[in-house]
Amino acid sequence: MKARSFKRVYVWELPVRFFHWINAFSITILAVTGFIIANPPAIMSNAEASDAYWFGTVRFIHFATAYVFFFNMILRVYWSFVGNRFSSWRAFWPFSKKMWHNFLHVIKVDVFLANEKKPDIKDISIGHNSVASFSYAALFLLALVQVFTGFGLYAANAGWWLPKLFSWVVPFMGGDFIVRTIHHIATWGFILFTLIHVYLVFYHDWLEGRGEVSSMFGGYKFVCEERLTKALEDEEIESPVDEETLEIID
Amino acid sequence: MATEKSVKETYYESIIKQGYSRRDFMKFATYIAAYMGLETSMIGQVAKSLENTYRIPVIWEHYQECTCCSESFIRSDHPIVSDIILDKISLDYTLTLMAASGHQAEAAKQATMEKYKGEYILCVEGSVPLGDDGNYCCIAGRSAKDLLIEAAEGAKAIIAWGSCASNGCVQAAYPNPTEATPIHKIIKNKPIIRVPGCPPIGEVMAGIIVHMITFGRLPELDGLGRPKAFYSKRVHDSCYRRPYYDAGLFAETFDDQNAKEGYCLYKVGCRGPMTYNSCGTIKWNNGVSYPIQSGHGCIGCSEENFWDNGPFYERLTGLAGFGIESTADTIGKVAAGVVAGGLAVHAVAANISKRKELNSRTTRGKQNEKKLES
Repeated sequence: MKARSFKRVYVWELPVRFFHWINAFSITILAVTGFIIANPPAIMSNAEASDAYWFGTVRFIHFATAYVFFFNMILRVYWSFVGNRFSSWRAFWPFSKKMWHNFLHVIKVDVFLANEKKPDIKDISIGHNSVASFSYAALFLLALVQVFTGFGLYAANAGWWLPKLFSWVVPFMGGDFIVRTIHHIATWGFILFTLIHVYLVFYHDWLEGRGEVSSMFGGYKFVCEERLTKALEDEEIESPVDEETLEIID
Repeated sequence: MATEKSVKETYYESIIKQGYSRRDFMKFATYIAAYMGLETSMIGQVAKSLENTYRIPVIWEHYQECTCCSESFIRSDHPIVSDIILDKISLDYTLTLMAASGHQAEAAKQATMEKYKGEYILCVEGSVPLGDDGNYCCIAGRSAKDLLIEAAEGAKAIIAWGSCASNGCVQAAYPNPTEATPIHKIIKNKPIIRVPGCPPIGEVMAGIIVHMITFGRLPELDGLGRPKAFYSKRVHDSCYRRPYYDAGLFAETFDDQNAKEGYCLYKVGCRGPMTYNSCGTIKWNNGVSYPIQSGHGCIGCSEENFWDNGPFYERLTGLAGFGIESTADTIGKVAAGVVAGGLAVHAVAANISKRKELNSRTTRGKQNEKKLES
């Protein structure tokens, strides 16, 4: 096998990385506090109720984090219109022919672990692969479900107009009970997503060895040099290439 | 009752005739204004309206119900409440309380519907069965649906008393064999006030009627057609045990020390946090108590489908179609376990299937490592 040289490509811009970690952080906090609210632990205490407020604090953290989660999400939607092509909303719309082709490739090679006789270097996505894009689009919908049901439940106690905008949700669904149940079940969707997401990031890092895990910290991924030249020749897209060449001989 | 009074009477006149003093009347006006959530300056308007307004004819229909709404009503706190509503509001037809029966009663109802067309208020207690051509509930040989449509035709407004008329209540529980149907799903072209609860609080019922008399229009309603004055807050929000909730002090079972201390019943299935009603403020039986105060969690009787959201003594409930007693968390844990197991298998399979690729990469990586300048 011939030696390959890789170049460092800036894939995830700073706002995208910030979004990712704020999102991960707030989902963790929301899930943990959410489960505590759903089924609080038994705490025996001699304290008077007037001296204790831990459950109120847990609820406060849940609501405050919900706002962080919500506004973070809004900013990410904004960034999908002004950010680079890897963060663009187009990357999450897996219905072009090219993306559909990639979708099937990923299912075949990465999910069912088939080995290709002649691997095409173009099948390795630089940003999200199509299956990943699809899962993020699904996660976005799940997040919307949480926003609508969560603010819907919160609206009756809210004094601000923003949560009150969601006050129609509870009557629309028929009552608090069903809204709460949906809110609770959707949390499990986030947990299942996280398991699969983290596993696949490790999987790609291990099998492709081009900095999948660290890319969400530093923003860079390593891409074969030959791909860059091709892309430049095609002149389809302006090159997001870092001029500095990293000599990693594979 | 079921009388057709030819001489018009105001509410005030009939209250005085009943033997109450003006002082009693003013006390009643003050008391009901407070329940309606009005300012003290509005008491005069309430009194004035009761003095000047002529009786509104009321037809009170009973369909699939247990009469607990009527029971609650006649037991409301202030004696004038039941008097004004049941005697003075001129209840022209109500199966349970009228003296007349048979053809006479039906004739009185017909007379009211014709004479006061477009003016009378139709109160409905109970749901309407649509199954089997409505044969599950027939009065005077006619089906409830038939009677409802006829009575609603000339009504000014409809008050759906209780959970039966508002959302179907127990008889609409799965599988709902009689197809018990709430009023708003049958009558679409009339203003409908929904007053859910099994039963609703008597003072709430009186407050709604007095509001309509005083202001000549329906009280302000929320998204589900319930009067905002009584249904805008959760029972939880006005519960006297709320401080225990915020402090995280919960009863684990009904016989533990925490339950004796009067801690929050959240973990033993109290539906207060999901139920919109005024039980925490108005209370029951002349303001004596309400379920939570008596040591039992709220069962959410004024919420739609409360009977199917059981069991009443657990926080999370079974999800239909996933086996008996399985909660969302159980399913979530199983799903997470299956996914985690699947991922582990996938990880092993990936290393086996792609071993050549991985081996050659590892080998090259090691060779490169040896080539490093030391």
